[in-house]
Parts: sequence; structure tokens; C-alpha cells
Amino acid sequence: MSRNNGSKNPFHGFWALTNRELKKWYKEPFILFISIVQPVIWMGLFGKAMNINAMFTNNPNIPPEFANQIMRQTFGTSDYFSYMAVGILSFVSLFTTMFSGMSIVWDRRLGFLNKVLSTPVARSSIVLSKVMSATIRSLIQASIVLGIAFLFGLQTGPSFTPLNILGVFAATFLICIGLSSIFLLIGIRSTRWETQMAVMNLLNLPLMFTSNSLFPISTMPDWLQIIAKVNPLTYTSDAVRQLLLYETDVAQLLFDFTYLGIFAAVFASIGIVLSWKYLSK
Amino acid sequence: MTEDVISAEGLTKVFNKSLVAVDHVNFYVTEGEIFGFLGPNGAGKTTTINMLITILKPTEGTASVCGYDIVKQASMVRNVIGVVPQEYTADEDLTGYENIILCADLYGIPREVSKKRAFELLELVELTAFKDKKVETYSGGMRRRLELACGLINRPRVLFLDEPTLGLDVQTRAATWNYIKLLKKEFGMTLFMTTHYLEEADALCDRIAIIDYGKIVVVGSPGDLKNALGGDIITLSIQEDADISGLVEKIDNVKEVRKQNGMYWIKAENGEITAPIVIEVLRRKGYAVTRLSLTKPTLDEVYLDYTGRSLRDVEESKESFRAHRRTLRRSRRR
Ligand SMILES: Nc1ncnc2c1ncn2[C@@H]1O[C@H](COP(=O)(O)OP(=O)(O)OP(=O)(O)O)[C@@H](O)[C@H]1O
Ligand SMILES: [Mg+2]
Repeated sequence: MSRNNGSKNPFHGFWALTNRELKKWYKEPFILFISIVQPVIWMGLFGKAMNINAMFTNNPNIPPEFANQIMRQTFGTSDYFSYMAVGILSFVSLFTTMFSGMSIVWDRRLGFLNKVLSTPVARSSIVLSKVMSATIRSLIQASIVLGIAFLFGLQTGPSFTPLNILGVFAATFLICIGLSSIFLLIGIRSTRWETQMAVMNLLNLPLMFTSNSLFPISTMPDWLQIIAKVNPLTYTSDAVRQLLLYETDVAQLLFDFTYLGIFAAVFASIGIVLSWKYLSK
Repeated sequence: MTEDVISAEGLTKVFNKSLVAVDHVNFYVTEGEIFGFLGPNGAGKTTTINMLITILKPTEGTASVCGYDIVKQASMVRNVIGVVPQEYTADEDLTGYENIILCADLYGIPREVSKKRAFELLELVELTAFKDKKVETYSGGMRRRLELACGLINRPRVLFLDEPTLGLDVQTRAATWNYIKLLKKEFGMTLFMTTHYLEEADALCDRIAIIDYGKIVVVGSPGDLKNALGGDIITLSIQEDADISGLVEKIDNVKEVRKQNGMYWIKAENGEITAPIVIEVLRRKGYAVTRLSLTKPTLDEVYLDYTGRSLRDVEESKESFRAHRRTLRRSRRR
């Protein structure tokens, strides 16, 4: 029998592994449903229940035009729900990418990783396929959540054109690449999913609240502002707000994208380098 | 480079700077043979395989597979080997067919080729009827067969089988042996397998190495190892109350005679020929043999002889214990 395995395509393994992860997800509509419901609940709770607009507009001591101005000064838009809904997109990226770290721990525990390592597939493909599948999942979930936000009454700003949506995808793409690389790095040597779970629980809410996702930085104490200015979620949310809600400040938008681009490139590269080093012992 | 398909020189793996899992082992495997590593839990079998299949780096020593160095030419090695790991590694959420195609993609095999091979292999391991069922619904035997199929998708020159029948019941185990023999005949490859079942090594392997505490204790064909024990055991008793040891010892082929609780324990070559002679010699001297039994040595005795104990259960590391338990649990599910 012929041992010839035919022509080789180096991306074969990468796409096969990416598709494996995605299959688990799109074949289980329930998981997709849950992963959409969670951010929508947050959006409803924070955006609608915490009716910050009403604190000012329903206040008889504040004239309506002032109320609007206060909102604009703090949030950049007169509608807190719109501000918050954008933050929830970061939330979607954060939570989805966290699970890429879990999945590598599982693969190691179940021996799947060992099997993959004994095949000629590039070590970097193993890590990058997880990054890519988490990113694709986040993008799809984020677009569904964004669609729901529009239905709930997200108010777009003066500079908004449908083309800006592409920019939103780009920002989400970059943050997801960076975040999932980080979570994979945490999981790459671990064999205990409990550890991974604990790290995730420790990181997720602080990462959310130390960014401008739910509340603007300007109202934070100084020490927190410093953290928030490093937190890449801040730049994602800002970029998306520049594109959807604000009168776009092009310089700021460029800065956001540069920051996110560097963040994604640095951590993805570290991921590739460490995958060479650490995947086999 | 050697002509041997696998050769290992001083191969050593030390975990956490102190646990010597594999201790300077030397061995070779020639083209087309089934070579077995036989040893108890924690002997270092899986660790040896993991070094040969390039997922663990040796601490010391070298080995080559098909002429490629396992460290310096790891990716060449990966192209020519197939692996059937100790654990069930198929993705439970995917179907059997999807798992095989996934493996094929990892080798970069074009889809036209991999589809054809997948169907052939599914047929061979008799999983065609279940190919579109999720692996989580498979029984232990089916999972093992799926792993076999996955390990063969790239037409490997060497197939590594790590405890291919761990946790399977007796019938399924025998059936798996048949698959292994069939696959070897079909693909004419070299097989390196590990096991802690003596019958398995006996039934399948051309040569075996007994490994214990990371060291190879002895290498040889199952037949040679059994012969090296010095033959069969004849036990007999006679009616008369007399010592016949001296008499029996003089008979050709008899190596050793011991008297134990009124029975004679006789070690002899070619037991089935020697036993009648013993009876005849005794009859001529007027002794009547009342009972006689003949036992052929099995690998059990070989094992006992070389390791000084029967298959022991050493305390395993937590990780390998967990993996073991998981494999067993899944293989029992029907
Ligand atoms: N990743 C690891 N880290 C630390 N110790 C390990 C590791 N893998 C194996 N060991 C230890 O090395 C020794 C040999 O283990 P190995 O898995 O090679 O044994 P084995 O012969 O395959 O046993 P079994 O029959 O249980 O599969 C054991 O003591 C085990 O605890
Ligand atoms: Mg083992």
C-alpha cells in the first residue's frame, strides 16, 4: 500500500483545529444561546435598570437641557444605555476568550493535546487555532449582541455610518486575539482546570471594572485611572464608542487601534514563542 | 545511521530532577517486527513511548525512528509514525468519521485522499455503521478501534501502541489483538507496543523487553525467555515412602529435583517427553507414580524470575492515576 500522503498544506492543520473548536459550539445551539443571553441580561440590568439618565432628567431641580449636558460631559452621549451596551461588547470578548484557556487545559487532561503533538502539525498552529476560534466566536456573539442592542434602542451618534460597523469588528478582532493569547498562556502548562477557573474568576470582573466599559475613566480615582489606561478593554470600548456613538475623534480612534494592534501582536507572538517552548516537556 | 527502525541508546527521562522514569535504556527494533515493552504500572513504558513519538524530550541519551533523530529531526519522525495512545484521545463531541478526518488534516493529507482512507479504515475496524455517531456514545472497544484507525490514517511506517487493551474485557481484548494482527498484515509496518498483560505480550510480540523501575531487565522472544527459565515443571507423587530424588536427577533433560511436602518438583526440558520417561524409570525400580502434572512456563514465571515479584501495583503519580481511572471508566461504559 502506498505510504504517500499527497501534497501538504501547512494551513490544513490550523484550520482543522480551528474548525474542531467551532464545531463544538455551533453544533450545540444551547451553548450559543447561553453565551448570548448572559451579556443581554447584563445589558438589560445595567443599561436599563440602572437608569442613570433618569437621575438627571427626572430631577425637578435640574433643567432638562442641563441634564443632557451633564450626561454628555460624563459619558459622551446623552443615553447611558448606549454607552453601556458598547461596554458589553468588551464583556462578550472577555468572557468568550477566557474559555480558550480552559479548552487547552482540557485538551491536555484528556490526552488530545498529546495526540496532536505527535503529528507534524506546527506547534504554533495549536495555539493560534485556539486564538482564532475564540476570536471568531466572539465576533459572531458580539454581532448578535450588537444587533439586540440596536433593537433595545441603542442611539447612534452623528458620525455613524453603516461602514463603521466594520471598524467595530476590527476592534473586537484585535482585543480577542490579544486576550485569548493571554488566557492561553496562563493555561499552556497547567493540567488543572480548577486553577484556570480560579484565575479566570479572579480576573474577569476586575478587568471589566478597571476599564471604561461600564463607567467613564474621568470619574475614577487617580490610581484606578492608571490601571484603566493600561487595560486594553478601555481602548476597545473607546474605539467602538468613537465609531458608533460619538462625533469621531480621528486621532483618538487611531490611537485606540494602534494600542489594540500592538497589544494583539505582542501577546500573539509571545503565545507562538512559548508554544514552541512549553507545549512539549 | 542504523538500519533498525527504532534504536535507543542510553535513553533517559528524569522528572522534576529526581524521579528517574526511564533509566538509560538501550534497545533496537527491526523492520516489520512487533516489539513489546512489558512492565507494571509506573515502569516507564508510556514515558519511553512519549520520548520516541517526540512529545517528551529525553533528559539524556538518544534514539532514532526510521533513521531520524527524535530530538533534532522531530518533525520528520512525526511524519512517519502513527500513535495509539494509552488514553482515549478522540474528541467525544465529534463523530467517529470527523475524528478520523481531523487526524488526517493534522498530517496535511488532502481531503480526496483522506476521505477514501477514512472509509477504508472504518470498514477495517468495523465502525462503518457508527461513523456518524458521536464518540461519547461509543463503547471501550469501539473507542480503541477508532484510535487504531486514527493512528493509521497517515500510513505510518511505525505504529506505537500504548497499552492497546487497557480496561477492555477478555473478549474485546482478544478481538483487539486480531485487529492489530490484521492491520499489521495489511500495512506491513513495524509495531512498538507496551502492555502489562503477559498473555498479550505472548500472543502478539515477536520480541519483548521486560522493563521495571525504568530499566530494561531482559530482552528476547517470548519463547526464548520461557526456555531460558530452564524448561517445564513436572510435579509428581509416589505411593512408596522413599527418596527418589537421586534417581530422577540422573534422567536426561532433568535439571533440578526438589522434594516439597511429599511431592517431587522436577524442572525438566521437553516436559511432555521427559515425564513418561520418569514414570518408566520409577516403575522399573518398583515405584508407583500416583499423581503427575506438567506445567509449561508462562511469561508469568519469566516475569517473576526477572523482577522477583508478580505484577505489582506501584503507587502512581496523581496525574497518571487520574488518567488511568478515566480510561478505565470510559472503557467500561457500554
Ligand atoms: N509528566 C510527569 N511528571 C512527573 N512524573 C511523571 C510524569 N509522567 C510520568 N511520571 C512518572 O514516571 C514514572 C513512569 O511513568 P509511566 O507513565 O511511563 O509508566 P507506565 O509504565 O506507562 O505505567 P502504566 O502502566 O501505569 O501506564 C511513574 O512513576 C510516573 O509517576
Ligand atoms: Mg503507561
